[in-house]
Amino acid sequence: MTHNTQETGLVVRLSQAEPIPLAAELQCGAGELLALVGPSGSGKTTILRALAGLTRIKQGKISCAGEIWFDSTVCLSPQQRRVGYVFQDYALFPHLNAQDNVALAVPSPGKAEQRFIADAWLERVHLAGFGKRYPAELSGGQRQRVALARALAREPVLLLLDEPFSAVDRTTRERLYEELSLLRRDLDMPIILVTHDLGEAQMLADRITVLHHGMTLQSDTPDRLVRQPINERVARVIGHRNIFTATVTAHEPENGYTVLSWFGQEIRAGLCLEFSVGSLVRWLIPKGYILLEYQVRPAGFERENQVSGVLAGCLTLGDTVQARFLPDHAPEVPIYLEVSAHDARHAGVAEGIRISISMHARDIHLMLPSPHF
Amino acid sequence: MMDWTALRLSLSLAGWTVFILLPLAIIAARFLAFNRPRGKNVIEALIALPLVLPPTVFGYYLLVAFGPHHWLGNGYQALFGRTFAFSFEGLLAASLLMNIPFAVQPLQRAFEAIPANVREAAWCSGLSRWRTFRQIEMPLAWPGLAGAAALTFSHTLGEFGVVLMVGGNIPGETKTIAISIYDRVQAFDDVAAGKMAALLLLISFLTVAVVFMLAEKRHDS
Repeated sequence: MTHNTQETGLVVRLSQAEPIPLAAELQCGAGELLALVGPSGSGKTTILRALAGLTRIKQGKISCAGEIWFDSTVCLSPQQRRVGYVFQDYALFPHLNAQDNVALAVPSPGKAEQRFIADAWLERVHLAGFGKRYPAELSGGQRQRVALARALAREPVLLLLDEPFSAVDRTTRERLYEELSLLRRDLDMPIILVTHDLGEAQMLADRITVLHHGMTLQSDTPDRLVRQPINERVARVIGHRNIFTATVTAHEPENGYTVLSWFGQEIRAGLCLEFSVGSLVRWLIPKGYILLEYQVRPAGFERENQVSGVLAGCLTLGDTVQARFLPDHAPEVPIYLEVSAHDARHAGVAEGIRISISMHARDIHLMLPSPHF
Repeated sequence: MMDWTALRLSLSLAGWTVFILLPLAIIAARFLAFNRPRGKNVIEALIALPLVLPPTVFGYYLLVAFGPHHWLGNGYQALFGRTFAFSFEGLLAASLLMNIPFAVQPLQRAFEAIPANVREAAWCSGLSRWRTFRQIEMPLAWPGLAGAAALTFSHTLGEFGVVLMVGGNIPGETKTIAISIYDRVQAFDDVAAGKMAALLLLISFLTVAVVFMLAEKRHDS
Protein backbone atom coordinates (compact mmCIF):
# COMPACT_ATOMS: atom_id res chain seq x y z
CA MET A 1 0.00 0.00 0.00
CA THR A 2 1.30 3.41 -0.90
CA HIS A 3 1.09 5.92 1.88
CA ASN A 4 1.61 9.05 -0.13
CA THR A 5 -2.07 9.56 -0.77
CA GLN A 6 -1.56 13.10 -2.07
CA GLU A 7 0.34 11.87 -5.10
CA THR A 8 -1.01 8.45 -5.96
CA GLY A 9 -4.28 8.12 -4.10
CA LEU A 10 -7.58 9.86 -3.80
CA VAL A 11 -8.16 12.95 -1.69
CA VAL A 12 -11.70 14.24 -1.39
CA ARG A 13 -13.36 17.16 0.36
CA LEU A 14 -16.97 17.89 -0.50
CA SER A 15 -19.47 20.25 1.03
CA GLN A 16 -22.89 21.60 0.16
CA ALA A 17 -26.08 22.47 2.00
CA GLU A 18 -28.54 21.30 -0.64
CA PRO A 19 -30.08 19.47 -2.44
CA ILE A 20 -28.35 16.71 -0.45
CA PRO A 21 -26.36 18.04 2.54
CA LEU A 22 -22.75 16.94 2.41
CA ALA A 23 -19.71 17.51 4.57
CA ALA A 24 -17.40 14.73 3.56
CA GLU A 25 -13.67 14.20 3.73
CA LEU A 26 -12.06 11.04 2.43
CA GLN A 27 -8.61 9.79 1.68
CA CYS A 28 -7.79 6.52 0.02
CA GLY A 29 -4.30 5.41 -0.90
CA ALA A 30 -3.33 3.52 -4.04
CA GLY A 31 -4.16 -0.15 -3.62
CA GLU A 32 -6.28 0.58 -0.57
CA LEU A 33 -9.94 -0.40 -0.29
CA LEU A 34 -12.02 2.14 1.59
CA ALA A 35 -15.61 1.24 2.42
CA LEU A 36 -18.24 3.95 2.78
CA VAL A 37 -20.78 2.72 5.30
CA GLY A 38 -23.97 4.38 6.41
CA PRO A 39 -27.73 4.01 6.43
CA SER A 40 -29.87 4.71 3.36
CA GLY A 41 -29.83 8.40 2.51
CA SER A 42 -26.52 9.03 4.24
CA GLY A 43 -24.97 10.29 0.98
CA LYS A 44 -22.80 7.29 0.08
CA THR A 45 -23.94 7.04 -3.52
CA THR A 46 -23.93 10.82 -3.94
CA ILE A 47 -20.25 10.87 -2.99
CA LEU A 48 -19.51 8.03 -5.39
CA ARG A 49 -21.34 9.83 -8.20
CA ALA A 50 -19.45 13.03 -7.40
CA LEU A 51 -16.16 11.13 -7.65
CA ALA A 52 -17.18 9.78 -11.05
CA GLY A 53 -18.25 13.23 -12.26
CA LEU A 54 -21.91 12.22 -12.57
CA THR A 55 -23.08 14.64 -9.88
CA ARG A 56 -21.68 18.10 -9.36
CA ILE A 57 -21.22 19.18 -5.77
CA LYS A 58 -21.31 22.87 -4.85
CA GLN A 59 -17.91 23.10 -3.16
CA GLY A 60 -14.88 21.01 -2.53
CA LYS A 61 -11.94 19.36 -4.13
CA ILE A 62 -11.33 15.96 -5.63
CA SER A 63 -7.86 14.91 -6.67
CA CYS A 64 -6.74 11.51 -7.77
CA ALA A 65 -3.38 10.18 -8.90
CA GLY A 66 -1.92 13.67 -8.58
CA GLU A 67 -4.50 15.23 -10.90
CA ILE A 68 -7.22 17.64 -9.82
CA TRP A 69 -10.59 16.42 -11.00
CA PHE A 70 -12.77 18.95 -9.27
CA ASP A 71 -12.34 22.23 -7.45
CA SER A 72 -13.67 25.77 -7.77
CA THR A 73 -12.22 26.14 -11.28
CA VAL A 74 -11.95 22.59 -12.63
CA CYS A 75 -14.65 20.00 -13.19
CA LEU A 76 -13.57 17.09 -15.36
CA SER A 77 -16.25 15.10 -17.16
CA PRO A 78 -16.72 11.38 -16.37
CA GLN A 79 -14.90 10.59 -19.62
CA GLN A 80 -11.85 12.58 -18.52
CA ARG A 81 -11.58 11.03 -15.05
CA ARG A 82 -10.63 7.43 -15.87
CA VAL A 83 -12.89 5.94 -13.26
CA GLY A 84 -14.03 2.32 -13.23
CA TYR A 85 -17.59 2.29 -11.90
CA VAL A 86 -19.52 -0.84 -10.96
CA PHE A 87 -23.14 0.25 -10.59
CA GLN A 88 -25.51 -1.26 -8.05
CA ASP A 89 -27.55 -3.05 -10.70
CA TYR A 90 -24.48 -3.29 -12.95
CA ALA A 91 -25.94 -1.14 -15.78
CA LEU A 92 -24.66 -3.47 -18.48
CA PHE A 93 -25.49 -2.53 -22.06
CA PRO A 94 -28.37 -4.93 -22.75
CA HIS A 95 -27.92 -4.95 -26.54
CA LEU A 96 -24.25 -5.96 -26.39
CA ASN A 97 -22.81 -9.31 -25.41
CA ALA A 98 -20.43 -9.64 -22.47
CA GLN A 99 -17.36 -9.32 -24.68
CA ASP A 100 -18.59 -6.12 -26.33
CA ASN A 101 -19.74 -4.71 -23.00
CA VAL A 102 -16.15 -4.95 -21.82
CA ALA A 103 -14.53 -4.13 -25.17
CA LEU A 104 -16.35 -0.81 -25.36
CA ALA A 105 -14.46 0.39 -22.27
CA VAL A 106 -11.01 -0.68 -23.52
CA PRO A 107 -9.11 2.51 -24.36
CA SER A 108 -6.90 1.05 -27.11
CA PRO A 109 -7.97 1.62 -30.71
CA GLY A 110 -8.90 -1.23 -33.02
CA LYS A 111 -11.86 -3.51 -32.51
CA ALA A 112 -9.86 -6.76 -32.67
CA GLU A 113 -7.47 -5.60 -29.98
CA GLN A 114 -10.32 -4.31 -27.81
CA ARG A 115 -12.03 -7.71 -28.02
CA PHE A 116 -8.79 -9.51 -27.26
CA ILE A 117 -8.27 -7.41 -24.14
CA ALA A 118 -11.94 -7.82 -23.21
CA ASP A 119 -11.56 -11.61 -23.37
CA ALA A 120 -8.51 -11.40 -21.12
CA TRP A 121 -10.50 -9.39 -18.56
CA LEU A 122 -13.41 -11.82 -18.75
CA GLU A 123 -10.96 -14.61 -18.06
CA ARG A 124 -9.59 -12.67 -15.07
CA VAL A 125 -13.08 -12.60 -13.57
CA HIS A 126 -13.66 -16.30 -14.31
CA LEU A 127 -15.96 -15.75 -17.26
CA ALA A 128 -13.88 -17.27 -20.05
CA GLY A 129 -16.24 -18.66 -22.67
CA PHE A 130 -19.12 -16.38 -21.66
CA GLY A 131 -18.15 -13.55 -24.00
CA LYS A 132 -20.90 -14.17 -26.52
CA ARG A 133 -23.68 -14.22 -23.93
CA TYR A 134 -25.96 -11.23 -23.56
CA PRO A 135 -26.64 -9.75 -20.11
CA ALA A 136 -30.13 -11.26 -20.09
CA GLU A 137 -28.54 -14.71 -20.45
CA LEU A 138 -26.22 -14.27 -17.46
CA SER A 139 -26.90 -14.87 -13.76
CA GLY A 140 -26.66 -12.04 -11.23
CA GLY A 141 -23.15 -13.06 -10.19
CA GLN A 142 -21.98 -13.32 -13.79
CA ARG A 143 -23.38 -9.88 -14.58
CA GLN A 144 -21.54 -8.48 -11.60
CA ARG A 145 -18.31 -9.98 -12.93
CA VAL A 146 -18.91 -8.51 -16.40
CA ALA A 147 -19.50 -5.12 -14.77
CA LEU A 148 -16.27 -5.46 -12.82
CA ALA A 149 -14.37 -6.54 -15.95
CA ARG A 150 -15.79 -3.53 -17.82
CA ALA A 151 -14.79 -1.18 -15.02
CA LEU A 152 -11.24 -2.56 -14.97
CA ALA A 153 -10.90 -2.68 -18.75
CA ARG A 154 -11.08 1.10 -18.70
CA GLU A 155 -7.62 1.07 -17.03
CA PRO A 156 -8.99 3.24 -14.24
CA VAL A 157 -6.98 5.22 -11.73
CA LEU A 158 -9.92 4.92 -9.32
CA LEU A 159 -12.32 1.99 -8.91
CA LEU A 160 -15.80 2.68 -7.54
CA LEU A 161 -18.06 -0.14 -6.38
CA ASP A 162 -21.65 0.84 -5.57
CA GLU A 163 -23.19 -1.91 -3.44
CA PRO A 164 -21.99 -4.47 -5.97
CA PHE A 165 -23.06 -7.47 -3.90
CA SER A 166 -26.58 -6.40 -2.99
CA ALA A 167 -28.31 -7.98 -5.98
CA VAL A 168 -26.93 -11.51 -5.66
CA ASP A 169 -27.80 -14.43 -3.40
CA ARG A 170 -25.74 -15.21 -0.32
CA THR A 171 -23.73 -18.09 -1.76
CA THR A 172 -22.78 -16.10 -4.84
CA ARG A 173 -21.98 -13.11 -2.66
CA GLU A 174 -19.54 -15.07 -0.55
CA ARG A 175 -17.79 -16.39 -3.65
CA LEU A 176 -17.63 -12.86 -5.08
CA TYR A 177 -16.11 -11.55 -1.81
CA GLU A 178 -13.38 -14.10 -2.17
CA GLU A 179 -12.78 -13.29 -5.81
CA LEU A 180 -12.64 -9.56 -5.17
CA SER A 181 -10.20 -10.07 -2.30
CA LEU A 182 -7.93 -12.10 -4.58
CA LEU A 183 -8.29 -9.77 -7.56
CA ARG A 184 -7.51 -6.62 -5.61
CA ARG A 185 -4.09 -7.88 -4.63
CA ASP A 186 -3.07 -7.02 -8.20
CA LEU A 187 -4.90 -3.69 -8.35
CA ASP A 188 -2.87 -0.62 -7.56
CA MET A 189 -5.56 2.04 -7.67
CA PRO A 190 -7.68 3.35 -4.77
CA ILE A 191 -10.92 1.37 -4.47
CA ILE A 192 -14.06 2.83 -2.90
CA LEU A 193 -16.78 0.39 -1.91
CA VAL A 194 -20.20 1.68 -0.96
CA THR A 195 -22.20 -0.65 1.24
CA HIS A 196 -24.80 -0.52 3.96
CA ASP A 197 -23.57 -3.87 5.28
CA LEU A 198 -20.96 -3.34 7.99
CA GLY A 199 -20.03 -7.03 7.95
CA GLU A 200 -19.23 -6.80 4.25
CA ALA A 201 -17.13 -3.70 4.84
CA GLN A 202 -15.27 -5.36 7.72
CA MET A 203 -14.49 -8.35 5.54
CA LEU A 204 -13.27 -6.49 2.48
CA ALA A 205 -12.03 -3.05 3.46
CA ASP A 206 -8.68 -1.82 4.74
CA ARG A 207 -10.45 1.17 6.23
CA ILE A 208 -14.06 2.14 6.75
CA THR A 209 -15.58 5.61 6.65
CA VAL A 210 -18.90 6.01 8.44
CA LEU A 211 -21.36 8.45 6.91
CA HIS A 212 -24.49 9.89 8.42
CA HIS A 213 -26.66 12.63 6.88
CA GLY A 214 -23.89 13.33 4.37
CA MET A 215 -21.22 13.78 7.06
CA THR A 216 -18.15 11.62 7.39
CA LEU A 217 -18.12 10.74 11.09
CA GLN A 218 -15.11 8.47 11.41
CA SER A 219 -12.54 6.79 9.19
CA ASP A 220 -10.69 3.90 10.72
CA THR A 221 -9.61 0.31 10.36
CA PRO A 222 -12.53 -2.11 10.64
CA ASP A 223 -11.37 -3.43 13.99
CA ARG A 224 -10.82 -0.01 15.59
CA LEU A 225 -14.07 1.31 14.19
CA VAL A 226 -16.11 -1.52 15.68
CA ARG A 227 -14.31 -1.60 19.02
CA GLN A 228 -13.64 2.09 19.44
CA PRO A 229 -16.17 4.31 17.69
CA ILE A 230 -15.31 7.95 18.37
CA ASN A 231 -18.75 8.79 19.67
CA GLU A 232 -22.17 7.41 20.31
CA ARG A 233 -23.50 8.53 16.98
CA VAL A 234 -20.94 6.41 15.13
CA ALA A 235 -21.65 3.54 17.50
CA ARG A 236 -25.36 3.72 16.76
CA VAL A 237 -24.85 4.05 12.99
CA ILE A 238 -22.74 0.91 12.91
CA GLY A 239 -25.36 -0.94 14.89
CA HIS A 240 -24.06 -1.10 18.47
CA ARG A 241 -26.82 -1.64 21.01
CA ASN A 242 -24.86 -2.24 24.19
CA ILE A 243 -24.31 1.42 25.09
CA PHE A 244 -24.83 2.35 28.72
CA THR A 245 -24.33 5.31 31.02
CA ALA A 246 -22.04 5.01 34.06
CA THR A 247 -20.07 7.20 36.46
CA VAL A 248 -16.28 7.16 36.64
CA THR A 249 -15.36 6.22 40.22
CA ALA A 250 -11.59 5.75 40.01
CA HIS A 251 -8.54 5.39 37.80
CA GLU A 252 -6.08 2.62 38.53
CA PRO A 253 -3.06 3.37 36.36
CA GLU A 254 -1.05 0.68 38.09
CA ASN A 255 -3.56 -2.00 36.99
CA GLY A 256 -4.49 -0.30 33.72
CA TYR A 257 -8.14 0.18 34.67
CA THR A 258 -10.69 2.94 34.80
CA VAL A 259 -13.40 1.90 37.23
CA LEU A 260 -17.07 2.73 36.60
CA SER A 261 -20.20 2.45 38.61
CA TRP A 262 -23.07 1.10 36.53
CA PHE A 263 -26.31 0.87 38.50
CA GLY A 264 -24.19 0.08 41.55
CA GLN A 265 -22.22 -2.66 39.77
CA GLU A 266 -18.51 -2.09 39.38
CA ILE A 267 -17.31 -2.22 35.78
CA ARG A 268 -13.62 -2.12 34.88
CA ALA A 269 -12.66 -0.65 31.56
CA GLY A 270 -9.23 -0.12 30.02
CA LEU A 271 -7.48 2.91 31.51
CA CYS A 272 -8.91 6.11 30.03
CA LEU A 273 -7.65 9.20 31.83
CA GLU A 274 -9.51 11.70 29.66
CA PHE A 275 -12.64 11.17 31.79
CA SER A 276 -12.32 12.64 35.27
CA VAL A 277 -13.51 10.84 38.37
CA GLY A 278 -17.14 11.67 39.03
CA SER A 279 -18.00 12.39 35.40
CA LEU A 280 -20.69 10.62 33.42
CA VAL A 281 -19.53 8.45 30.51
CA ARG A 282 -21.09 6.12 28.01
CA TRP A 283 -19.58 2.69 27.86
CA LEU A 284 -19.92 0.25 25.05
CA ILE A 285 -19.24 -3.40 24.42
CA PRO A 286 -19.80 -5.09 21.04
CA LYS A 287 -22.33 -7.88 21.40
CA GLY A 288 -19.92 -10.48 20.04
CA TYR A 289 -17.35 -9.72 22.77
CA ILE A 290 -19.44 -10.85 25.73
CA LEU A 291 -18.36 -14.17 27.22
CA LEU A 292 -20.71 -16.75 28.64
CA GLU A 293 -19.43 -17.96 31.98
CA TYR A 294 -18.45 -21.48 30.91
CA GLN A 295 -16.32 -20.18 28.01
CA VAL A 296 -12.60 -20.82 28.15
CA ARG A 297 -10.66 -17.60 28.20
CA PRO A 298 -7.05 -17.06 27.21
CA ALA A 299 -4.48 -17.75 29.88
CA GLY A 300 -3.71 -14.80 32.12
CA PHE A 301 -7.21 -13.34 32.04
CA GLU A 302 -9.14 -13.17 35.25
CA ARG A 303 -12.88 -13.22 35.13
CA GLU A 304 -13.48 -9.57 34.53
CA ASN A 305 -16.73 -7.72 34.93
CA GLN A 306 -18.78 -10.70 35.90
CA VAL A 307 -22.53 -10.05 35.84
CA SER A 308 -25.30 -12.48 36.77
CA GLY A 309 -28.75 -12.43 35.30
CA VAL A 310 -31.43 -14.14 33.24
CA LEU A 311 -31.66 -14.75 29.52
CA ALA A 312 -34.90 -13.19 28.34
CA GLY A 313 -34.84 -13.88 24.65
CA CYS A 314 -32.91 -16.26 22.43
CA LEU A 315 -33.10 -16.22 18.69
CA THR A 316 -31.13 -18.57 16.48
CA LEU A 317 -30.08 -16.81 13.27
CA GLY A 318 -28.11 -19.24 11.13
CA ASP A 319 -24.79 -19.94 12.82
CA THR A 320 -25.33 -17.52 15.69
CA VAL A 321 -27.65 -17.11 18.61
CA GLN A 322 -28.74 -13.62 19.57
CA ALA A 323 -29.84 -13.25 23.15
CA ARG A 324 -31.07 -10.59 25.54
CA PHE A 325 -29.52 -10.76 29.00
CA LEU A 326 -31.22 -9.07 31.95
CA PRO A 327 -28.70 -8.33 34.73
CA ASP A 328 -29.94 -9.05 38.25
CA HIS A 329 -28.93 -5.60 39.49
CA ALA A 330 -30.63 -3.71 36.62
CA PRO A 331 -33.09 -5.97 34.74
CA GLU A 332 -34.56 -2.94 32.93
CA VAL A 333 -31.26 -2.46 31.04
CA PRO A 334 -30.78 -5.49 28.79
CA ILE A 335 -27.39 -6.45 27.41
CA TYR A 336 -27.49 -7.90 23.92
CA LEU A 337 -25.14 -10.76 23.22
CA GLU A 338 -24.27 -12.89 20.25
CA VAL A 339 -22.69 -16.31 20.56
CA SER A 340 -22.03 -19.02 18.04
CA ALA A 341 -24.73 -21.68 17.83
CA HIS A 342 -22.12 -24.21 18.92
CA ASP A 343 -21.20 -22.28 22.08
CA ALA A 344 -24.86 -21.66 22.82
CA ARG A 345 -25.61 -25.38 22.65
CA HIS A 346 -22.60 -26.14 24.81
CA ALA A 347 -23.66 -23.63 27.46
CA GLY A 348 -27.27 -24.78 27.35
CA VAL A 349 -28.42 -21.33 26.34
CA ALA A 350 -32.19 -21.16 26.51
CA GLU A 351 -34.83 -18.62 27.35
CA GLY A 352 -35.30 -18.10 31.10
CA ILE A 353 -32.08 -19.73 32.32
CA ARG A 354 -29.85 -18.09 34.89
CA ILE A 355 -26.41 -17.38 33.58
CA SER A 356 -23.31 -15.29 34.29
CA ILE A 357 -21.49 -13.28 31.68
CA SER A 358 -18.14 -11.56 31.78
CA MET A 359 -16.60 -8.77 29.76
CA HIS A 360 -12.90 -8.12 29.28
CA ALA A 361 -11.93 -4.64 30.43
CA ARG A 362 -9.98 -4.12 27.21
CA ASP A 363 -13.18 -4.70 25.17
CA ILE A 364 -15.08 -2.00 27.02
CA HIS A 365 -14.89 1.32 25.26
CA LEU A 366 -15.66 4.67 26.88
CA MET A 367 -17.21 7.62 25.07
CA LEU A 368 -18.53 11.06 25.85
CA PRO A 369 -22.29 11.16 26.31
CA SER A 370 -23.88 12.43 23.10
CA PRO A 371 -26.73 14.92 23.43
CA HIS A 372 -28.35 13.54 20.25
CA PHE A 373 -28.88 10.01 21.48
CA MET B 1 -58.24 2.15 -63.18
CA MET B 2 -55.29 2.44 -60.84
CA ASP B 3 -54.00 6.00 -60.37
CA TRP B 4 -50.27 5.27 -60.44
CA THR B 5 -49.36 8.98 -60.44
CA ALA B 6 -51.24 9.49 -57.18
CA LEU B 7 -49.64 6.41 -55.67
CA ARG B 8 -46.15 7.60 -56.67
CA LEU B 9 -46.90 11.02 -55.21
CA SER B 10 -48.15 9.51 -51.95
CA LEU B 11 -45.08 7.28 -51.62
CA SER B 12 -42.82 10.22 -52.41
CA LEU B 13 -44.60 12.42 -49.85
CA ALA B 14 -44.40 9.69 -47.19
CA GLY B 15 -40.75 8.99 -47.97
CA TRP B 16 -39.73 12.66 -47.79
CA THR B 17 -41.74 13.14 -44.60
CA VAL B 18 -39.96 10.24 -42.90
CA PHE B 19 -36.57 11.33 -44.25
CA ILE B 20 -36.88 14.92 -43.02
CA LEU B 21 -38.92 14.42 -39.88
CA LEU B 22 -37.11 11.52 -38.20
CA PRO B 23 -33.75 13.22 -37.57
CA LEU B 24 -35.56 16.26 -36.13
CA ALA B 25 -37.82 14.01 -34.09
CA ILE B 26 -34.79 12.15 -32.67
CA ILE B 27 -33.30 15.44 -31.47
CA ALA B 28 -36.59 16.65 -29.96
CA ALA B 29 -37.50 13.28 -28.42
CA ARG B 30 -34.06 12.79 -26.91
CA PHE B 31 -34.09 16.30 -25.48
CA LEU B 32 -37.52 15.79 -23.90
CA ALA B 33 -36.63 12.34 -22.60
CA PHE B 34 -33.38 13.32 -20.87
CA ASN B 35 -34.16 16.88 -19.75
CA ARG B 36 -36.81 18.71 -17.81
CA PRO B 37 -37.02 22.03 -19.59
CA ARG B 38 -39.29 24.72 -18.22
CA GLY B 39 -42.74 24.28 -19.76
CA LYS B 40 -42.13 20.66 -20.74
CA ASN B 41 -45.84 19.86 -20.37
CA VAL B 42 -46.76 22.70 -22.72
CA ILE B 43 -44.22 21.51 -25.30
CA GLU B 44 -45.55 17.97 -25.05
CA ALA B 45 -49.12 19.21 -25.39
CA LEU B 46 -48.19 21.18 -28.53
CA ILE B 47 -46.52 18.10 -29.99
CA ALA B 48 -49.62 16.01 -29.32
CA LEU B 49 -51.99 18.64 -30.72
CA PRO B 50 -52.24 17.21 -34.28
CA LEU B 51 -53.50 13.96 -32.74
CA VAL B 52 -56.59 15.56 -31.28
CA LEU B 53 -57.24 18.44 -33.68
CA PRO B 54 -59.71 17.66 -36.50
CA PRO B 55 -57.64 17.45 -39.72
CA THR B 56 -59.87 20.03 -41.35
CA VAL B 57 -59.18 22.53 -38.55
CA PHE B 58 -55.46 21.86 -38.73
CA GLY B 59 -55.63 22.04 -42.54
CA TYR B 60 -57.55 25.30 -42.39
CA TYR B 61 -54.91 27.03 -40.29
CA LEU B 62 -52.17 25.74 -42.53
CA LEU B 63 -54.07 26.89 -45.59
CA VAL B 64 -54.30 30.38 -44.11
CA ALA B 65 -50.60 30.37 -43.15
CA PHE B 66 -49.53 29.09 -46.55
CA GLY B 67 -51.82 31.51 -48.42
CA PRO B 68 -50.69 34.75 -50.09
CA HIS B 69 -52.08 36.94 -47.30
CA HIS B 70 -49.80 35.48 -44.65
CA TRP B 71 -46.09 36.28 -44.39
CA LEU B 72 -45.18 32.62 -44.79
CA GLY B 73 -47.14 32.00 -47.99
CA ASN B 74 -46.31 35.47 -49.23
CA GLY B 75 -42.61 35.00 -48.60
CA TYR B 76 -42.59 31.65 -50.36
CA GLN B 77 -44.38 33.14 -53.36
CA ALA B 78 -41.93 36.04 -53.51
CA LEU B 79 -38.99 33.61 -53.43
CA PHE B 80 -40.16 30.86 -55.74
CA GLY B 81 -42.81 32.58 -57.85
CA ARG B 82 -45.62 30.15 -56.96
CA THR B 83 -48.03 29.57 -54.12
CA PHE B 84 -47.02 27.54 -51.13
CA ALA B 85 -50.52 26.17 -50.67
CA PHE B 86 -51.55 23.75 -53.42
CA SER B 87 -47.93 22.79 -54.07
CA PHE B 88 -46.01 19.59 -53.23
CA GLU B 89 -43.71 21.58 -50.94
CA GLY B 90 -46.71 22.98 -49.09
CA LEU B 91 -48.14 19.50 -48.80
CA LEU B 92 -44.82 18.22 -47.47
CA ALA B 93 -44.67 21.05 -44.90
CA ALA B 94 -48.22 20.20 -43.77
CA SER B 95 -47.35 16.51 -43.64
CA LEU B 96 -44.27 17.23 -41.52
CA LEU B 97 -46.29 19.23 -39.00
CA MET B 98 -49.15 16.73 -38.97
CA ASN B 99 -46.80 13.84 -38.27
CA ILE B 100 -44.83 15.39 -35.40
CA PRO B 101 -46.60 13.36 -32.69
CA PHE B 102 -46.33 10.13 -34.68
CA ALA B 103 -42.58 10.59 -34.98
CA VAL B 104 -41.73 12.18 -31.63
CA GLN B 105 -43.83 10.20 -29.18
CA PRO B 106 -42.58 6.64 -29.90
CA LEU B 107 -39.02 7.93 -29.92
CA GLN B 108 -39.46 9.84 -26.68
CA ARG B 109 -40.89 6.75 -24.96
CA ALA B 110 -37.98 4.69 -26.30
CA PHE B 111 -35.34 7.13 -25.02
CA GLU B 112 -37.16 7.40 -21.68
CA ALA B 113 -37.01 3.62 -21.34
CA ILE B 114 -33.20 3.66 -21.34
CA PRO B 115 -32.11 3.49 -17.69
CA ALA B 116 -30.15 6.59 -16.67
CA ASN B 117 -27.31 4.50 -15.28
CA VAL B 118 -26.79 2.72 -18.60
CA ARG B 119 -25.94 6.07 -20.18
CA GLU B 120 -23.82 6.96 -17.17
CA ALA B 121 -22.04 3.60 -17.40
CA ALA B 122 -21.19 4.48 -20.99
CA TRP B 123 -19.71 7.84 -19.95
CA CYS B 124 -17.76 6.17 -17.15
CA SER B 125 -16.50 3.65 -19.70
CA GLY B 126 -14.96 6.58 -21.55
CA LEU B 127 -17.55 6.93 -24.31
CA SER B 128 -18.13 10.50 -25.47
CA ARG B 129 -21.69 11.82 -25.56
CA TRP B 130 -21.76 11.28 -29.33
CA ARG B 131 -20.46 7.70 -29.10
CA THR B 132 -22.93 7.02 -26.29
CA PHE B 133 -25.69 8.29 -28.57
CA ARG B 134 -24.52 6.18 -31.52
CA GLN B 135 -23.51 2.98 -29.75
CA ILE B 136 -25.81 2.84 -26.75
CA GLU B 137 -28.83 5.12 -27.04
CA MET B 138 -29.77 4.60 -30.69
CA PRO B 139 -29.49 0.80 -30.66
CA LEU B 140 -31.62 0.71 -27.51
CA ALA B 141 -34.13 3.20 -28.95
CA TRP B 142 -34.26 1.29 -32.26
CA PRO B 143 -37.78 -0.15 -31.73
CA GLY B 144 -38.99 3.40 -31.07
CA LEU B 145 -37.29 4.62 -34.24
CA ALA B 146 -38.85 1.81 -36.25
CA GLY B 147 -42.24 2.56 -34.76
CA ALA B 148 -41.90 6.26 -35.51
CA ALA B 149 -40.91 5.54 -39.12
CA ALA B 150 -43.76 3.08 -39.65
CA LEU B 151 -46.37 5.33 -38.11
CA THR B 152 -45.19 8.43 -39.97
CA PHE B 153 -44.98 6.65 -43.31
CA SER B 154 -48.34 4.92 -43.15
CA HIS B 155 -50.08 7.89 -41.59
CA THR B 156 -48.85 10.11 -44.44
CA LEU B 157 -50.06 7.60 -47.01
CA GLY B 158 -53.53 7.60 -45.51
CA GLU B 159 -53.87 11.31 -44.60
CA PHE B 160 -56.89 12.86 -46.21
CA GLY B 161 -58.32 15.93 -44.52
CA VAL B 162 -55.20 18.06 -44.26
CA VAL B 163 -54.06 17.05 -47.76
CA LEU B 164 -57.38 18.11 -49.23
CA MET B 165 -57.37 21.44 -47.40
CA VAL B 166 -53.76 22.39 -48.09
CA GLY B 167 -53.04 20.59 -51.34
CA GLY B 168 -56.33 20.55 -53.11
CA ASN B 169 -56.55 18.00 -55.82
CA ILE B 170 -53.93 18.78 -58.48
CA PRO B 171 -52.90 15.63 -60.36
CA GLY B 172 -49.15 14.98 -60.16
CA GLU B 173 -48.67 17.79 -57.65
CA THR B 174 -50.95 17.32 -54.67
CA LYS B 175 -53.37 14.55 -55.56
CA THR B 176 -52.45 11.68 -53.27
CA ILE B 177 -53.81 8.16 -53.43
CA ALA B 178 -56.22 8.83 -50.60
CA ILE B 179 -57.71 11.76 -52.54
CA SER B 180 -57.78 9.66 -55.68
CA ILE B 181 -59.78 6.93 -53.93
CA TYR B 182 -62.24 9.60 -52.77
CA ASP B 183 -62.46 10.89 -56.38
CA ARG B 184 -63.16 7.44 -57.72
CA VAL B 185 -65.90 6.84 -55.16
CA GLN B 186 -67.47 10.18 -56.08
CA ALA B 187 -67.42 9.08 -59.72
CA PHE B 188 -69.04 5.71 -58.80
CA ASP B 189 -65.92 3.91 -60.06
CA ASP B 190 -66.03 1.32 -57.31
CA VAL B 191 -63.64 -1.07 -59.02
CA ALA B 192 -60.78 1.45 -59.20
CA ALA B 193 -61.53 2.71 -55.67
CA GLY B 194 -61.54 -0.84 -54.38
CA LYS B 195 -58.26 -1.72 -56.08
CA MET B 196 -56.52 1.40 -54.82
CA ALA B 197 -57.92 0.97 -51.30
CA ALA B 198 -56.70 -2.63 -51.24
CA LEU B 199 -53.26 -1.59 -52.46
CA LEU B 200 -53.04 1.17 -49.85
CA LEU B 201 -54.09 -1.31 -47.20
CA LEU B 202 -51.43 -3.76 -48.35
CA ILE B 203 -48.67 -1.14 -48.47
CA SER B 204 -49.57 0.19 -45.04
CA PHE B 205 -49.70 -3.31 -43.57
CA LEU B 206 -46.40 -4.33 -45.17
CA THR B 207 -44.67 -1.14 -43.99
CA VAL B 208 -45.75 -1.65 -40.42
CA ALA B 209 -45.04 -5.40 -40.48
CA VAL B 210 -41.56 -5.07 -42.01
CA VAL B 211 -40.54 -2.28 -39.68
CA PHE B 212 -41.81 -4.09 -36.59
CA MET B 213 -40.10 -7.28 -37.73
CA LEU B 214 -36.83 -5.41 -38.11
CA ALA B 215 -37.26 -3.85 -34.69
CA GLU B 216 -37.92 -7.23 -33.12
CA LYS B 217 -34.91 -8.80 -34.86
CA ARG B 218 -32.63 -6.01 -33.74
CA HIS B 219 -33.99 -6.22 -30.22
CA ASP B 220 -33.42 -9.99 -30.03
CA SER B 221 -29.91 -9.93 -31.42
